[in-house]
Amino acid sequence: MDSTQLYQEIILDHNKKPRNWGKVEGCTHKSEGLNPLCGDHIWVTLKVVDDAIENVAFEGKSCAICKASASMMTTAVKGKKLAEADALVQEFREMATGKLDVGQGTHHLGRLTVFAGVKDLPARVKCAILPWHTLHAAFAQEATISTEGANDPFANA
Amino acid sequence: MSALPLQTPSGIIAAPFDVEPIRADFPILGEVRVNGKPLAYLDNGASSQMPQQVIDRLVRYQTREHANIHRGVHYLSATATAAFEAARVTVQRFLNARQDREIVFTSNVTDSINLVAHGYGRAFIGAGDEIIITHLEHHANIVPWQMLCEEKGAKLRVAPINDSGEVIMEEFEKLFSPRTRFVSVTHVANALGTINPVREMTEIAHRHGVPIMIDGAQAVQHMAVDVQALDCDFYAFTGHKVFGPTGVGVLYGKAALLEKMRPFRGGGDMILSVTFEKTTYNVIPYKFEAGTPPISQAIALATALDYVTGVGLDRIAAYENELLRYATESLRAIPDVRIIGEAQQKASVLSFNVGEVHPHDVGSLLNDDGVAVRTGHHCAQPVMDRFGVAATARASFAFYNTLAEVDQLAASVRRVQKLFA
Repeated sequence: MDSTQLYQEIILDHNKKPRNWGKVEGCTHKSEGLNPLCGDHIWVTLKVVDDAIENVAFEGKSCAICKASASMMTTAVKGKKLAEADALVQEFREMATGKLDVGQGTHHLGRLTVFAGVKDLPARVKCAILPWHTLHAAFAQEATISTEGANDPFANA
Repeated sequence: MSALPLQTPSGIIAAPFDVEPIRADFPILGEVRVNGKPLAYLDNGASSQMPQQVIDRLVRYQTREHANIHRGVHYLSATATAAFEAARVTVQRFLNARQDREIVFTSNVTDSINLVAHGYGRAFIGAGDEIIITHLEHHANIVPWQMLCEEKGAKLRVAPINDSGEVIMEEFEKLFSPRTRFVSVTHVANALGTINPVREMTEIAHRHGVPIMIDGAQAVQHMAVDVQALDCDFYAFTGHKVFGPTGVGVLYGKAALLEKMRPFRGGGDMILSVTFEKTTYNVIPYKFEAGTPPISQAIALATALDYVTGVGLDRIAAYENELLRYATESLRAIPDVRIIGEAQQKASVLSFNVGEVHPHDVGSLLNDDGVAVRTGHHCAQPVMDRFGVAATARASFAFYNTLAEVDQLAASVRRVQKLFA
């Protein structure tokens, strides 16, 4: 596919003006995500109260795909129960890897479907997924995750 | 635009460089379209394309000449051995080495450097000794020396670079001490294109009685290299960056040094005799060529070297210089474009960033326009750190690239700049 289709207004906007940028004060969960091949490097912090995400933020250095994905992720999961958010992590991952056709069946991805095209850009799939891996790791209280090697939580998925 | 009058390094105006017949020799340049656009292949620093002559040589070898070398008494083994050893002589002439036994076939430059780090380094470098490299090195010319230092308790000293991406020669010379045992420097910096003054660096190393290795991975495809004129002790290059196949590399070493060195890998072909009590090693270069070597690749590499020699490396250098000059001007004219690496002496490598746009975004969008560039840290993270960037986009030109492809690159970069503005 033509990646220009991926760099839509909404992605460019979230890249330029990322939502929930920074750190959550008094966070209960945090995790660091690193994509060593391209250098995407982000931190996700969360405040979980009664099994629900009261607040979430991210910061770091990354490409536009990663940053927009992180920004839209934070707006999507804020207020959700951990189990709902984790289900969304799975759905996003399946969409980005081409296992979920967003035109078919039920899912909860909403506007996040702007990332569906990334499945045709194999080198960029990890950029889009990194924030979601990092969020998942934060739920599991893993300090650092990497999209390469032994720390890749989805390496054998 | 196809025929440009040229100023060669020797100052003689050569015949105009006609790029079209050269392009016709490289089938992939005409075969491949990307997103419906003509391919502008500007990732030659990562790997170059093969002319039909090299592809044909591989096919002819596999069709009529293949067997294992140095062991069979039969017709095919003799044929393959003769072609393989003839390839060694071609490499010898290409580098102007004194003798063909000074040419060792390896699998790539990384392998060549590791061979020297083990064969020379482990034998002659010890605790408290020092190895000098530069800030411009590819990880392949950093990590093997770090591993050696860690093992032996030796120390790695790094020559700094200035803001243009040139080694500061006074600082380089200051690093030499009575404990300096080895120097390894790149000829052309892969991330920036800087051409190091390797003749001068060799003189300095020798003045201090220290051998020097030169990593020529990014050099031999751009300029004529004469190891006797340089007087370097080791020189390495790889096949797939000089229009040959992957899987074959070269290590040149002065015979006296190669003879002193330990073998790197043990196995077949590198021995004279083996008993369970003792093994006698083969003579150079075979001492370093354990196991079945990359036979077809070495033979096809020789064809690739003949090809570039036929075009003429002085003419290639002059033409590529024009491409680099035009590309540098074209990208400089675009708002927010920052060029990283502005050495006085550069090979046709152009690293750049577009404002704050991540190079991976740049690379993906350039690909939409058929333009292939490398993006990332180029296995040279210390260089990226020096310039305060995580990564760059890098266009690296070969003599089959054209001014029109530079225009294609510049138009695409403009589109990226506007999209993210």
